[in-house]
Amino acid sequence: MSAPARRSRPRGLRPGTVLAVIALVLVSAVVLLPIAIIVLTAFKPVAEVNAYPPSLLPDAWTLDNVKEVTAELPFARLVANSFLFAGGVTAFALVFDSLAAYALARIDFAGRKVLLVAIIATLMIPFQATLIPLYQLVADLGWVNTYAGLIAPRAADAFGIFFLRQFFLSLPRDVDAAARIDGASEFRVFRSVVLPNAVPALLTLGLFTFVNNWNDLLWPLVFTTDADMGTITSGLTLLTGPGGIVPHGVMMAGSLIAILPLVIAFLLIQRRFIENIATTGLK
Amino acid sequence: MTTTNPTSRRYRPPAPLGGRRRATGSPAGRNARAWAFLAPALLVIGLFTAWPMVAALRLSFMDASGFGREEFIGLDNYVTVFTDPDIRDAVLNTLWYTVLFTPTAVIAALALALLLNSPHMPFRSFFRTALFVPFVVSFAVAAFAWSYLIDPQVGLLNHWLRGLGLQLGNVLEDPELAMPAVALVAVWKLFGFYFVIFLAGLQDIPSSLYEAARMDGAGPWSRFRNVTLPMLSNTMAFVLIFAMIAALQAFDQIYVMTGGGPYGHTQTLVMEIYESGFRKLDIGFASALSYVLLIATLLLSLVQFLFFGRKEKDLTS
Repeated sequence: MSAPARRSRPRGLRPGTVLAVIALVLVSAVVLLPIAIIVLTAFKPVAEVNAYPPSLLPDAWTLDNVKEVTAELPFARLVANSFLFAGGVTAFALVFDSLAAYALARIDFAGRKVLLVAIIATLMIPFQATLIPLYQLVADLGWVNTYAGLIAPRAADAFGIFFLRQFFLSLPRDVDAAARIDGASEFRVFRSVVLPNAVPALLTLGLFTFVNNWNDLLWPLVFTTDADMGTITSGLTLLTGPGGIVPHGVMMAGSLIAILPLVIAFLLIQRRFIENIATTGLK
Repeated sequence: MTTTNPTSRRYRPPAPLGGRRRATGSPAGRNARAWAFLAPALLVIGLFTAWPMVAALRLSFMDASGFGREEFIGLDNYVTVFTDPDIRDAVLNTLWYTVLFTPTAVIAALALALLLNSPHMPFRSFFRTALFVPFVVSFAVAAFAWSYLIDPQVGLLNHWLRGLGLQLGNVLEDPELAMPAVALVAVWKLFGFYFVIFLAGLQDIPSSLYEAARMDGAGPWSRFRNVTLPMLSNTMAFVLIFAMIAALQAFDQIYVMTGGGPYGHTQTLVMEIYESGFRKLDIGFASALSYVLLIATLLLSLVQFLFFGRKEKDLTS
């Protein structure tokens, strides 16, 4: 990246750019290797998976691994649980977080600053620190092994409130002032003026929340003891560990099922997702 | 930042009747409305975060098993936390993990963001997407895939590295290599997130600054040192704090790949909390350990806020 080359815009391939592209190709190959190994191993026959020397591509393709892993685990149930858990948390959190963020960004009320600092402080609390009393509370409510127990504790979170508040602050205020003069209620302003303008931020936060919860391991491990109530992420770990040594091909088939919905969703909306992170103040 | 927006004055009728105060409402009305908006979120956070915090503090002074038997033992749990050699090892392991993970992930993310910030880079959007994909893969799945790749017998990566003359052996059973391996899995999974945040930060740097630096004869390194880095300090603060907090809380891939082994060499603080709280059911001790983690995290955040200063003003303005 030499100085004169950057100034002259339309240029052929400079040596610096060629080197950069080579470096990026190598880095991307290493980054994508685990994904490739999951996809390719999932369809490899057992003999090839355990063959020496190992190879990247299967010689023959098979569905045996997929069949076996769906026989080992109640897969449809676990995937459905993941959707309900991650989707439920996301839906509640978006509603509750945006309501709270609206008040913090747009209503001038007594105690606003103190509350904001308190919310930022809870951002720093590692959830592991509260896990044990939280488990006792959920157990006292009779919510272990229920969707309520998985979802309710995460139905609002400091990060989401803070993130949306930053975004709401950046929206112009003229329109909601005008709407208030016209007699619109506070809720009306929130729903019809602020929310429609916050779609990129809501989408970004929603995806983060969904991905993080879908992928979370410790949470479903702690709040579900019944294998039928686990998520796909926690269910897969039942296949490993003591007494659960499962062939690599089967593990990779399970992993493929676990990542497929998220990877497809991400690839469909990746451009907007990355742009939204860039434009919604998450920095 | 008040709701008396200058533009609203336009709509106000000239007669000072006081009846058109609806634009902002009375302070009492505003308070009531604000708390109504806040209530659902505060209820959730209060019940499921704040209250358990208080309960954990209480438990940390107890000998408690979770089955009703509770006995006040003062600071004994904390004494154990600070004297038990296993816990000392877990703290050192967590710090070692943080040292392995944080600079690697942050430098990789920054370097790639710098490369891919240039609009002239070929295949820019392909590379951006490829680098972010690991972020949507769970730690557990990442752990399965990497474990297989570095398997001493059938692992493809191990095989290739052997071809290059690098004998790694059984990485996850090797006391020296197990921790770097689990830290690298975290780098793989998380650097794409930091990368995107750096990209966003880079886009906010006005190009006029670079033009000016160039006119003063600044080379690429000088521009990076004197323009990019200072202008990126808020972004850097955000990324560093998130990366360090993620490192202090390392659990998932370790649970899957090594279970804390070999011989406790990858046993981190959160692994200890999980084991003492949910395996050994020593809940009082696990709570004390949790509080130590919490205080470490808060101290780290505080140091970071003091160090980078400016950001905090932005946050609460």
